[in-house]
Amino acid sequence: MNSDSSGESFAQKLKTLLRDERFWQVAFQVITLGIVLLLAAFFVGNLNRNLAQQGRSFGFSFLFNPAGFSIGESLIRYRPNDPYWRALMVGLSNTLSLVAAGIVLTTVLGTAAGVASFSKNWLLYKLSRLYVGLVRNVPLLLQLFFWYFAIYGTLPRPESQISALGLVFLNNRGVYIPWAGSAVLALLGIGVTIFAAVMAVFLWQWRTKLRIETGTGGKNQLMGLIGLGVLWLAFVILALQWTFPSPVDGGGVTGGLRLTREYVAALSALVFYTSAFVAEIVRAGIQSVSRGQWEAARSLGFQSGLVMQLVVFPQALRVIIPPMNSEFMNLTKNTSLAFAIAFPEIYSVANTTYNQTGRPVEVFVVLMATYLVMCLIITLGMNQLNRAVQFKER
Amino acid sequence: MTPVTPNSLASAPPAVIALGPVAWAKKNLFSDWFNSVLTVVIVTIFGLGLFRLTNWAFTTAQWEVIPRNFHLFMVGTFPARFYARIWALFALICGLAGLSWGVLGRNVSTLFSRNVLIGLGGVCAFIVLFPPTRPSALILLPLVALVAGMAAVGRQVSRKVPGMGQWISLSWFLSYFVGLWLIGGGLGLTPVSTNDWGGLLLTLFTAVSGIALCFPLGLLLALGRRSHLPLVRWLSTAYIELVRGVPLVAFLFMGQVMIPLFLPVGARPDRVLRAIIALALFSAAYLAENVRAGLQAVPRGQQEAAMSLGLNTPLTLSLIILPQALKIAIPAIVGQFISLFQDTTLLAVVGLAELLGTGRSVLANPAFLGRFAEVYLFLGVIYWFFCYAMSLGSRKIEEKLNTDHR
Repeated sequence: MNSDSSGESFAQKLKTLLRDERFWQVAFQVITLGIVLLLAAFFVGNLNRNLAQQGRSFGFSFLFNPAGFSIGESLIRYRPNDPYWRALMVGLSNTLSLVAAGIVLTTVLGTAAGVASFSKNWLLYKLSRLYVGLVRNVPLLLQLFFWYFAIYGTLPRPESQISALGLVFLNNRGVYIPWAGSAVLALLGIGVTIFAAVMAVFLWQWRTKLRIETGTGGKNQLMGLIGLGVLWLAFVILALQWTFPSPVDGGGVTGGLRLTREYVAALSALVFYTSAFVAEIVRAGIQSVSRGQWEAARSLGFQSGLVMQLVVFPQALRVIIPPMNSEFMNLTKNTSLAFAIAFPEIYSVANTTYNQTGRPVEVFVVLMATYLVMCLIITLGMNQLNRAVQFKER
Repeated sequence: MTPVTPNSLASAPPAVIALGPVAWAKKNLFSDWFNSVLTVVIVTIFGLGLFRLTNWAFTTAQWEVIPRNFHLFMVGTFPARFYARIWALFALICGLAGLSWGVLGRNVSTLFSRNVLIGLGGVCAFIVLFPPTRPSALILLPLVALVAGMAAVGRQVSRKVPGMGQWISLSWFLSYFVGLWLIGGGLGLTPVSTNDWGGLLLTLFTAVSGIALCFPLGLLLALGRRSHLPLVRWLSTAYIELVRGVPLVAFLFMGQVMIPLFLPVGARPDRVLRAIIALALFSAAYLAENVRAGLQAVPRGQQEAAMSLGLNTPLTLSLIILPQALKIAIPAIVGQFISLFQDTTLLAVVGLAELLGTGRSVLANPAFLGRFAEVYLFLGVIYWFFCYAMSLGSRKIEEKLNTDHR
C-alpha cells in the first residue's frame, strides 16, 4: 500500500517534471553539451592516434627550425635559412600590403560605382549596373586567372614595354610606378598623409561648428586648412626623394617601384570583385535616404551634386558602414586566393610550411589566429567609424 | 466618365511622354556641360574597348579550343561509353523541370505565351547554331520538347490533383539519389570512380550537395544562436564566428588533409566527399547568419501568440516562426547559395577537375597553349548564366511568396 502510493507519487512527479519547461531547458543543454563533448573526444582521440601512428605530437617548436625555401617577393628582409616564423611574417606582410591597398582602392571604386548608379547620365547609369551584374556573378578565382593570364600575361615583353606619360611602365613582368626613395620614407609619407587627413577633418568640423554657432567666422580655420595642405604637399614633393622608373636600353626598367605581375593581378581582381559588392551597398544606402531629404535640399536651392555630398551621403553612411565592414573582411580573407597565381601571401607560405613539416593542425591554428586578428582589427576600426557617423540623439 | 478610385490612381503609371531619339539623347546624355563631357569620355573609352574586343574576338581569337574540348568542359573525363547515363540524368532533370513549371504556372492563363515561345525557339536555334552543341542537337531538341510537353502535362494534372506540389518536391529529392546512382554507378551499373567526375557535372554535383547539406546545418546553427539557453547559444556563436574568420581555401585545403586525421585510423573519405563536407561546414556558418537576420525580423508577438495558443517550442518554430523567417531571408539565402556555387571553383586549387579545374587542364595541353582569354571567357559565361538564373529564380519565388499584398 505504502510502496504503491510512493510509486504513484513518483510517477506523478515524473509527469510534472516532464511537463516542466525549466527541466527541459536544463536537460536540452546537458544533452547538447554531452553530444559536443563526445564528438570532440572522438575527434581529438582519433587525431592523437593518427598523429602517434605517424610518430608526431602536437607542438609549435617547429616554427623555429630553418625554413629552407625562398620567397619570390617580400617587404621585410628574408633569407632561406631564416626560421619558419620569419617566413610566415613575410607572407603576412605581403597579405597586409594587398589588404591595405585593396581596402583603399575598393572604397574609392565601389563608392564611385554606387553613386554612378544614381547618375542622370544614362550611359554612366547603365555602365554601373552592367559592371555590378557582370562581376558579381562570375567567381573571383576565375576573374583572378583572367587578370593574371589573359590581361597582365599578354602585356608586351620588356623590350617593347608600354609607357604611360613616361611615369608608369607596363610589361609582362609587372608594373613600374614612381615611388619614395626608401621603404622608411614611403612609410613616413603614408603616416604623414594619414595624420594630415585626420587633422584636416578635425579642422573642417571645427570650422563648420563655428560657422553654425556664430553665423560667420571660420577664417582662421580655413587658413589653417590651406596651410596644412601646402605643408603636406611640400613634404610629399620634397622630402620623399621620389625615384622615377626609367627604361633601360634593350628592355626593362630601373628605379621606381616594381609591382610584380602577381601582385597587380591579385589586387586588380580583388578590387574589381569587391567593388561590385560595395557599389550595391552604397546604392542601397543612398536609396534608404527618404525622398523628402532630396526634395527639401533641392527646394533650398542646392545643386544635385551638392545634395548628394552634403545631405544624402552623410545620412546614407549610417546604413553603408556596417555591411562595408563585412565586405572588407571578405576582401581580407579573399587575399588567400592570390596563392593560386603564386603570390607569396600568408596562406601560400603556410601551405609550403605544412608541406615541408607535415603539421596540418598547427599550421591551421596559426593561420586561423592570423586571419581572426586581422578581421578583428578591421571590425574595431569600422566600429569606431560607425560610432562617428551614427545619429547623436540626446 | 469612368470612376477613379484612389487605389487605381496610386498604382497608375505616370503618363508616358513620348520622346524622339534626339530629345531622349538631349535629356539623358547631354543635359548640361558636365553630362556631355561624361558622355563623350565614356563613349570614347568604351567604344575603343568594345571595338578592340570585337576585333580580337573575330580575328585574333582562336575559338576552336572550346568545341574541341566541349565534352571535357561538360563532364570531364567521364568515360564516353557511359554518356547515355548522363543523358538519362539530363532527361530526368528536364522532365522534372517541365513538370514543376507546369505545376507552378497552373493558374497562368497561357503557359506558352508569345515570349515563352520566342524563348523556346531561341534555345532551339542556339542548340542548332552553336558549334559545340550542334553534334548533340538530335538529343537536345527532343529534350526541349520534353520540357514543354511535361509542362503541359503538369498543368493539366495539377488542375485535377491539387496536392501535386509536395510530390514534385519529393521527386526532386529522389532525383538527387537517382542522379548519384547514374553518375557513380553501383547497383547494377558499372561504377565510375570520382576521379573521372569532372567539368560542369562535378561543379553542379558539389554545389547541389553542398547546398543540400549546409541548409539544415545552417538552420540549426541560427536557431542555436538565437536560443535563450546560454550553452547552446555560446556553442553556436563560437562555431559561426570561428568558421567565418577563416578563408575558404584554407578550410578546403585543411579539409582535404585534416578530415582523415580526425577520423578513425584508416577511414579516408573520398576526395569529392571531403570537399563537399568542407564546403557545407563552411557555408553553414554564413547561412546561419542570414537565417538569424530573418528570425530577428519576425515580431515577438508572433511567438507569444503561438505560445498562448498552447503550442510548444518545436511546433512554434516549425509552424509559425521559421516559415516567416525563411520567407524574409530568401534573398540572402539565395545569395549564399550563389556564392557557394562560385566557391566550388576553389576545388580547382585542391586538385579536383571541376569546371575551372578542367579549364586549367585544357590550357595545360600544349595544343591550346596561351588560349587563356578564350577559355576563361567561355567559363565566365557559364558561371554567369547559372548565378544569374539563380538570382532571377529567387526574385520569382519572392514575388510568389509575397503575401503582404504590397
